[in-house]
Amino acid sequence: MADNDLRVGVFVCECGSNIAGSVDCDAVTEYAATLPDVACAVKNKYTCSEPGQQEIKKHIKEHNLNRVVVASCTPRMHEPTFRQCVADAGLNPYLMEMANIREHCSWAHLSDRDGATTKAKDIVKVSVARARLLQPRIESELPVLKDVLVIGGGVAGIQTSLDLADAGYQVHLVEKEASIGGIMAALDKTYPTMDCSI
Amino acid sequence: MMDVGRHPRINLQTYSEIDDISGYIGNFHVTVRKKARYVDESECNACGECEKVCPVVAPDEFQEGFSSRKAIYMPFPQAVPSVYILNNDNCLGHNPIACGKCAEVCEKSCIDFDMEDQLVEVDVGAIIVATGMDVYDPTEMDEYGYTRYENVITSMEFERLISAGGPTEGHFMRPTDREVPKRIGFIQCVGSRTKNGRGNPYCSNICCMNTVKDSLLLMDHYPGTEIKVFYIDIRAFGKGFEDLYQRSKQAGVQYIRGVPGEVFEDPKTKNITLTVEDTSSGAIEDHEFDMVVLATGVIPRRDSEIVRKLLSLSRTEDGFFMESHPKLKPVDAPTGGVYFAGCVESPKDVKDSVTQASAAAARSEILLNAGEISVEAITSDLIVDNCTGCGICVRVCPFNAITGGDAKAKIPVEIVEAACKGCGTCAAECNFDAILMKHFEDAQIMAQVDSILDQDPMEKIVVFACNWCSYAGADLAGLSRMQYPSSQRVIRTMCSGRVDSSFILHAFEQGAPIVLVSGCHFADCHYIDANRWTVKRVEKLWDDLEKMGIRPERLQLEWISAAEGQKWTKTMKELEEMRQAVTEEEVEQTKKVLREARLKVEAKKKAKEPKEGAAEQAPAAATA
Repeated sequence: MADNDLRVGVFVCECGSNIAGSVDCDAVTEYAATLPDVACAVKNKYTCSEPGQQEIKKHIKEHNLNRVVVASCTPRMHEPTFRQCVADAGLNPYLMEMANIREHCSWAHLSDRDGATTKAKDIVKVSVARARLLQPRIESELPVLKDVLVIGGGVAGIQTSLDLADAGYQVHLVEKEASIGGIMAALDKTYPTMDCSI
Repeated sequence: MMDVGRHPRINLQTYSEIDDISGYIGNFHVTVRKKARYVDESECNACGECEKVCPVVAPDEFQEGFSSRKAIYMPFPQAVPSVYILNNDNCLGHNPIACGKCAEVCEKSCIDFDMEDQLVEVDVGAIIVATGMDVYDPTEMDEYGYTRYENVITSMEFERLISAGGPTEGHFMRPTDREVPKRIGFIQCVGSRTKNGRGNPYCSNICCMNTVKDSLLLMDHYPGTEIKVFYIDIRAFGKGFEDLYQRSKQAGVQYIRGVPGEVFEDPKTKNITLTVEDTSSGAIEDHEFDMVVLATGVIPRRDSEIVRKLLSLSRTEDGFFMESHPKLKPVDAPTGGVYFAGCVESPKDVKDSVTQASAAAARSEILLNAGEISVEAITSDLIVDNCTGCGICVRVCPFNAITGGDAKAKIPVEIVEAACKGCGTCAAECNFDAILMKHFEDAQIMAQVDSILDQDPMEKIVVFACNWCSYAGADLAGLSRMQYPSSQRVIRTMCSGRVDSSFILHAFEQGAPIVLVSGCHFADCHYIDANRWTVKRVEKLWDDLEKMGIRPERLQLEWISAAEGQKWTKTMKELEEMRQAVTEEEVEQTKKVLREARLKVEAKKKAKEPKEGAAEQAPAAATA
């Protein structure tokens, strides 16, 4: 895909006052619109909310976006949310990039609005630069064999083999010694019930 | 045990070992070596005629050597399968002149002296590792006289001596004179909680309760026996444990807080005397016993290394196998599709082993029942044309996901996508740009570096943070509203192992005053030990930077866990101080040096290319 085919949508989240409290989100949105290949830059109150996600989907269709940058919280929180969101709108989920302007920015620089805003702009810029190079990725499905191998026939290997076999799976239990039983079989009685080990 | 033997869905392979395992989660190919037992398992009906005529006598391992067995024998009466085995090391052989008596009397002709090991292949979706543990051998703790004094025995030997199925049919007696001991001492923590280099520093979990149990068995069989237990702490933490401990005390067992320094045998009576400081009274006391039992600890199985290597597992510091997460995934191995049951993961009693075994069954069923798994999209991809087959990626991959490669024969490596977890260490280590790390491609990360530094580079600190620990630690710092300067710009990678030297050098060449590489602490790495390669790489870079006249301190390495928001904050403040100390001249000089070095390397590469091209063209020109 040639660079001039790129159409990036940037969605800047205020997260109520969580981000907007220390970052000038209007300035960030305006700045985002000036970045290369950015087709639209939109500010939301809560991007993760239903209306916020609808906004993303709407803009993907309207602007025929092929990259999305969500500037909000940590991807460790909402990456699955926004991946699903862009997938619903027909975009490969790996073409969505998150810019963490909350945990790594607004919350860490509460009394430095200028510094936080400058940093937020930078974070969005870096994310757009990365987003431009993202490629669609597919999570392929592989079949799983139904048999299971249990290595060791002591009390643990015996129990897990019986559980799995009772549940309907074919178990291959491999024991090094000539008999199963392991150390448990050599014990006379076992606590706390003081009953026989075998 | 019997249930296992007769279960229609359990294929029991005893006297067998794992020879090889290949494949990955959901699709493992396993080679099992079924060792020759010289007795046909399907025919033997355990009649025992062979044993009667066997002339060889050998120590019986099951009875801890207290009694003997023949060269052809049943491991123990309740063995499953109930089949004889011939020990080839003990057997006199099938030459009729030497022996061969067992084969003569076996009506079903089950005994085959020419039997060979068989290789059995199985394909499975999941693997449960339940290889168990070994018991600590206290011989090295010479002060307790084990093996020097016959009346000093281990807790495993105790089990056989008190067992109705044991060599004495449950009549407890001391080895020297076959008398029932009237005074018995138990020494706890033998081989556990030691600090002197012998034994192990960890608690073996089971020995306190095992001794409590032993004391009650003795009191039950021989009321009035004088029993003293010497301990550091009695750990009776499980359900019903404290009750049992109190019952033991009420039955008259004395618990003395203090571990003896040494024991002595009276050469005449063969009695054992020990000296101990009772730490609750401070008194130094001598105690004489007819017999002393060492409550020996538990150690990782000595032969577990084979399985560990085949499945690319790691060990925690205590030597037991490392789980995926100590609290949240205690049953899963870091290798996909592999689960732990029992003492392989840590010392456990029967109840805990059974609990974990059922948990392992349930965890593996989640995978088996799903029928298919989605493979991580963030995996590495081979650019075949660039691969020289040098195999460095094969060495660094923590998951054995890369195989093959032969530099001499110019055979490229192969990447098993399903086994790849996406740490990216291979891509960082590859010197030939032959590995593309999907979603964390070189070009993408370089674009981030460029974008960070294209304006006011002097004001910024470039931070590489691994997804699982350091990035999460930064998240926690934010969540906890910890405040720090706004100068750093974070580039997320899945693992610090992904951070290629070229990213760091590029950042310096673009004018970065300070670069930080941050990742998980050792043993916390989500990719087993990929971060060890991070260290090696950074250490090499420090050397290289120094040689080029660049202050190595400008490249920092920190381990910051997901729980260490505070450490993140502190690190950011320190880095900011460092950044302010970097001068513009210094950065300009760095840029110049690195640019020159890069151009040199590029020129060298270029000089090589046309040569090869010319060589190819030359014969063509000649023919023309």
